[in-house]
Amino acid sequence: MFLQIKQLNKHFATQTGTLVVLKDIDMTIAQGEFICAVGASGSGKSTLLRQIAGLDSPTTGEVRIDGKRVTGPGPDRGMVFQHYTLFPWMTVQANTEFGLKLQGVPKRQRREQASYYLNVVGLSQFAQALPKELSGGMKQRVAIARALASEPKVLLMDEPFGALDIHTKESMHEFMIDLWQRTGITVFMITHDVEEAVFLANRIYALGARPGTVRKEIEVKLPDRSHTIKRHAIFHDYRDELMDLLRRHGQEAALAVA
Amino acid sequence: MNQSSDPRSIQSLIKPKSIRPTVFWRLAEDIPRPLNTTLMVSSIAVPLLLWWLVTTFGTIDPKFLPSPAQVMEAFGRLWSTRELLKDTVASLWRVGVGFLLAATFSIPIGVLMGSFPSIRALLEPVFGLMRYMPAPAFIPLLILYLGIGEAPKITLIFIGVFFFNSLMVMDTVKFVPKDLIEATYMLGGNRWEALTQVIVPHVLPGILDACRINLAAAWQLVIVSELIAATEGLGRRISVAGRFLKTDEIFVGLIVIGIIGLSFDLLFQYLLRVSCKWASQKR
Repeated sequence: MFLQIKQLNKHFATQTGTLVVLKDIDMTIAQGEFICAVGASGSGKSTLLRQIAGLDSPTTGEVRIDGKRVTGPGPDRGMVFQHYTLFPWMTVQANTEFGLKLQGVPKRQRREQASYYLNVVGLSQFAQALPKELSGGMKQRVAIARALASEPKVLLMDEPFGALDIHTKESMHEFMIDLWQRTGITVFMITHDVEEAVFLANRIYALGARPGTVRKEIEVKLPDRSHTIKRHAIFHDYRDELMDLLRRHGQEAALAVA
Repeated sequence: MNQSSDPRSIQSLIKPKSIRPTVFWRLAEDIPRPLNTTLMVSSIAVPLLLWWLVTTFGTIDPKFLPSPAQVMEAFGRLWSTRELLKDTVASLWRVGVGFLLAATFSIPIGVLMGSFPSIRALLEPVFGLMRYMPAPAFIPLLILYLGIGEAPKITLIFIGVFFFNSLMVMDTVKFVPKDLIEATYMLGGNRWEALTQVIVPHVLPGILDACRINLAAAWQLVIVSELIAATEGLGRRISVAGRFLKTDEIFVGLIVIGIIGLSFDLLFQYLLRVSCKWASQKR
């Protein structure tokens, strides 16, 4: 009961009336899980993540982290955004330290902490580079290091690899698995990429669209998480099950299959 | 595939077109460095040469158009009597004080207007209106309120710069991605920290650019302001020279004004390049 979403509903007022974006979302996530919420566009998955982040508040229901109700954004939830959100005038090191600086960590400790996590994401030698000198995958790794530096309870990821090319994406997937296994961090990631979800998650929430609801919860049990697993029948079974589930709701056009 | 036999083909209607390679007419592309330098030098040299040719070989009255040599001579004359220096210092001082005052107030106000919709709603209508009132049109009022000393001249520059600069700074804040602000919140920052540590550094290049453009406006207004009973100043120099038909001195005044303005512009461009290396790709 580490991260708990209880009876969450989100409505938006539009010119034509009330739009129900999320309906009766219930999720219970234990510490150390890697969760993917998969859905087509219109499934409200970004909206859901914003509620967990505290960047937006639910119409009814609540999000609890470690028993504490989420009422606003905060560094106990590390966020990696879909678009690159590094501060362009700061070096990679300064970006990674920034959260700690905001939280009042003294200079020496935050330097050490940032260096440690830059090492974790394999970017130590780019510490003094500016974001514009990095590739897309490297930028997202810095964003991950920056989020991890505050030692969050959960890492929230909003389609973080959506803008990357297929090869970079695959190496980021392996990087995420490795990171998850080493740090034991709880991850909650949203994506529209079914294969990405099957490869990364130990549990998947399949979301239906308009309104966004939890269609199914799938436990993913793969023998291992190397990239060759994607060729195995068991991987395909999970993928096909999810694809069928999402297709049934008529949003296949919006789905990207990597 | 088989266009000719397809009755619905529009192939015959498509005009063949191709883009020929060019150097001079490259569109939004870099041109070779030597060509660039040559063109930039001719930009100044050609008009100078024309001026020299017309005044040397033409039969134009020097009262109408003095030759470059005559203007140089006038420059030497005005320089040796220290009048030119006094005029330049007087104008620079007015621009400096007026512009700095305007920047001191307009930059924070512009940032606040851009950051907080509430402050924008409060100020944008009145600023938008004031912006369209030409600053020189305030001269009679300024004389009425402030007399004929330095105060009305500096206030004129202030009015001319303040509203424009506020609105231009406000616009630059709009380009701060919302994600960056939300990322700051997620990292533990509050609104004040997002404003001072994210929005302000992000808009710094935009602020410098707005100031660069509005300094040009300030420099024009100082000449206008010196129509208000000034005893010295480059604008004053030009209008006095005009009254006595000293055309060569008018030219000296104009050229000095142009060169100083250009120097300011280059200084700001330099500042922008040095202080905001991270933004260099954007501009």
